[in-house]
Amino acid sequence: MIRRVLIAAACLALISVPLWVGNSYYVNIASQILIYAVFALGLNVLVGYAGLVSLGHAGLFGVGCYAAAWLLAGGSGHLTAALVALLIILATSAVFAVLSLRTSGIGFVMITLALGQILWGLAYRWIGLTGGDNGINVPSRPAPFGLSLASAVPFYYFTLIVFVLAVASMAVFVASPFGASLKGTRDQPRRMTALGYNVWLIRFLAFLFSGFWSGVAGLLFCYFNEFVSPNVLALGSSAEVLLMVISGGSGTLLGPIAGAALVVIMKNVASAYIERWNFVLGAIFVAIVIFMPEGLVPGSIRLWRWLWTGARRVPVRGDAQ
Amino acid sequence: MSQWLLLGVNSITLGGLLFLLSAGFSLIFGLMRIPNLTHGSFFMLGAYLGVTFLGLGFDFWLAALLAAAAMAVVGGGIERLLLRRLQGQELAQVLVTLGLSFMIADLCLMLWGGDPIPLDTPPGLGGAMPIASIVFPTYRLVIVAIAVVIAVLLWLMLDRTRLGAMIRAGVDDPAMARVTGIRVSRLFTIVFCLGAAIAGFAGVIGGPILSVYPGLDSDMLPLALIVVILGGTGSLLGALVGSFVIGILYNYGQVLFPELAYIILFLPMLLILLFRPQGLFGSRVP
Amino acid sequence: MSALVLKQLEKSFGGLRVTAALDLTVEEGERRLIIGPNGAGKTTLFNLITGELRPDAGAIALFGRDITRMPCRRRPHLGLARTYQIITLFPGETLLHNVTLSLLGLSALRWNPFRRLARQQALIARARAALGRVGLDGLAERPLAQTSYGERRRVEIAMALAQEPRLLLLDEPFAGLSIDERKEVHRLLLSIPRDVTVVMIEHDMDVALELAERITLMHFGEVIVEGTRGEVVAHPRTREIYLGG
Repeated sequence: MIRRVLIAAACLALISVPLWVGNSYYVNIASQILIYAVFALGLNVLVGYAGLVSLGHAGLFGVGCYAAAWLLAGGSGHLTAALVALLIILATSAVFAVLSLRTSGIGFVMITLALGQILWGLAYRWIGLTGGDNGINVPSRPAPFGLSLASAVPFYYFTLIVFVLAVASMAVFVASPFGASLKGTRDQPRRMTALGYNVWLIRFLAFLFSGFWSGVAGLLFCYFNEFVSPNVLALGSSAEVLLMVISGGSGTLLGPIAGAALVVIMKNVASAYIERWNFVLGAIFVAIVIFMPEGLVPGSIRLWRWLWTGARRVPVRGDAQ
Repeated sequence: MSQWLLLGVNSITLGGLLFLLSAGFSLIFGLMRIPNLTHGSFFMLGAYLGVTFLGLGFDFWLAALLAAAAMAVVGGGIERLLLRRLQGQELAQVLVTLGLSFMIADLCLMLWGGDPIPLDTPPGLGGAMPIASIVFPTYRLVIVAIAVVIAVLLWLMLDRTRLGAMIRAGVDDPAMARVTGIRVSRLFTIVFCLGAAIAGFAGVIGGPILSVYPGLDSDMLPLALIVVILGGTGSLLGALVGSFVIGILYNYGQVLFPELAYIILFLPMLLILLFRPQGLFGSRVP
Repeated sequence: MSALVLKQLEKSFGGLRVTAALDLTVEEGERRLIIGPNGAGKTTLFNLITGELRPDAGAIALFGRDITRMPCRRRPHLGLARTYQIITLFPGETLLHNVTLSLLGLSALRWNPFRRLARQQALIARARAALGRVGLDGLAERPLAQTSYGERRRVEIAMALAQEPRLLLLDEPFAGLSIDERKEVHRLLLSIPRDVTVVMIEHDMDVALELAERITLMHFGEVIVEGTRGEVVAHPRTREIYLGG
């Protein structure tokens, strides 16, 4: 019951953001939070539910970004660019999956890292294709049904719709039998095989689902930024989204969203005061891994429960007489 | 001197530097089972410290040794204070090294600024040497010589000393090593310090060739990763062979296929991970 | 047609031969007990039968079908189920969810990403019934982490029985149980329908001997003695192996 109220309140808050948040600078930050939340939710499918840590997911984010940007800069229409980008995202996810699912654990981390780096190297060096460091300028944002997304508020609502779709699909996924199978492979892969599950195929399909949403986030970012450069594919980008998942709490739906909000806010707001964002990012990463490995959301829930039941257990004077 | 020959010299020079970087990385990976994502930062931080020591008037080689010593302290601190708290949780340790690499990179930016700092070739070694009617840049040969010497010293240490035997035991079978009374956690600290020190030393002596600049760490780390995966974790010979292979691929690749240079580097690593995951000379799968 | 036929099964790890030219035949409906000292290769045998380990040589047939090359994940679909010596359950989940997972493994539903698992009444009812058979339906909603060792052992058995197997492999089902818990499990095993073939590894002689019709004694990966209860108990090699005579 409380959950429903909280979700309703959250929805209300999100829908009314442009009203209470102030000027378009902050609306843009809100859009960014939503974009990275979708990215983090995508990664979380692997990290939180499959138990596979990827350090190359910026590759999938970036491939969506670059595909759309390249097509749009070349004169394609928006629908074509988006559809082709989605196909490329799925194809790249499939390739990533087939290569990296040969192992798990640390091997998986390294292969995904390598794959992400390869895409980054391509973007950086294949200047003929990607413009290298100069990046690609995106001529315009899409205009679905003729509605312009050029300004902050309409774009925010567009992003919000995609975000809601992403969260809904994740919620359905997690509550489904397939989701349960995936979580089973995270906890006891060998047992699952002996119970009749095809662990490789389960992970492969989960990877596609994960890559899809990470790529969609990249697509959104392409429209948001109207410019794409190799930075989106850098190891730092993969590390940042992993930080979002871990800091918020993997294995929950709220965690990556909270983590995305935390990192984006810190990055944008804090960098006005702190010059060296990367240092803070790294420090938070280290602190969370060591002190609150389950992440802020589960940790806070745990803390809340402890405080709540702890308070009720405080003996009232006159009890034990 | 013909371009290809120069490329060849540059390749083995890079190979030498890569070996110094990768030897420590390989031992850490083999013993502690983690790819130390801070290793590139050790190289870079050592190089920057070398710059400072040189600025204070120290002799080039002394500056390199001081930087190595400083990096040993840094490495030891990281291992004892941070990594040891996560004993047994390899994934968490990898993430911590990732976070630390970000912190060190920004620290260097804060302390030494964003401009690349070229290091002067140490006095007396700036010229060229004629060998068999071909003229080679002296300093590059010196680097290769140093790499070979250190390779031999490391090999002697691993093969002939008690410490080396313990390290090899730890690399082969940590559980067994613990049971036989080897203080594996102390080995971890020693190897981590040693790796950091050699990496820092390499950063300084590589300075005249690579310069010192922000981003040096993320340029060098993937190379170390590739070398070690190719050569096999925990294998010194693998690190040696892998370093020279990558040095050659890197230099010739840049010239022949500049746009695909990165793929040329990573492709062998991917292939090895897929078809021979223990690497060319390794004994275990990472 | 025999339930299980192992022919000349071989498995080595490095230089260590853990399964040595092993022949074994179990008839349908039989209650077979496999005994032997530690390290005899009993659990390895189970791993070979389920496919978690690949044999170096030899053949395995399940109800007349050669499954030697069949991947592990396909074998449960032929009616093979097992419990584990070391508890390998799903720690963050309730008992009900644990058993549901074992049922889901055999159902096409496991690929469905759209339906809500919690709404699959039929599946969940079967899982609850399976828990009921081991006397744990009262604890269905309890997280696994809050259950006792004995309860977890019973969950293992519930999961295996829930799959309605034709061949059930039990790996030390009595290990670490209290006297009452042993009686529970004993009663449970006696209640398994006769059309299910049961092969059990056990150390605890008293309890196990009662349940067994035929006994196979293994040592160093080989079958040393095989026969009825009486035959094996009386055999001189049995005494030798267990009493060092």
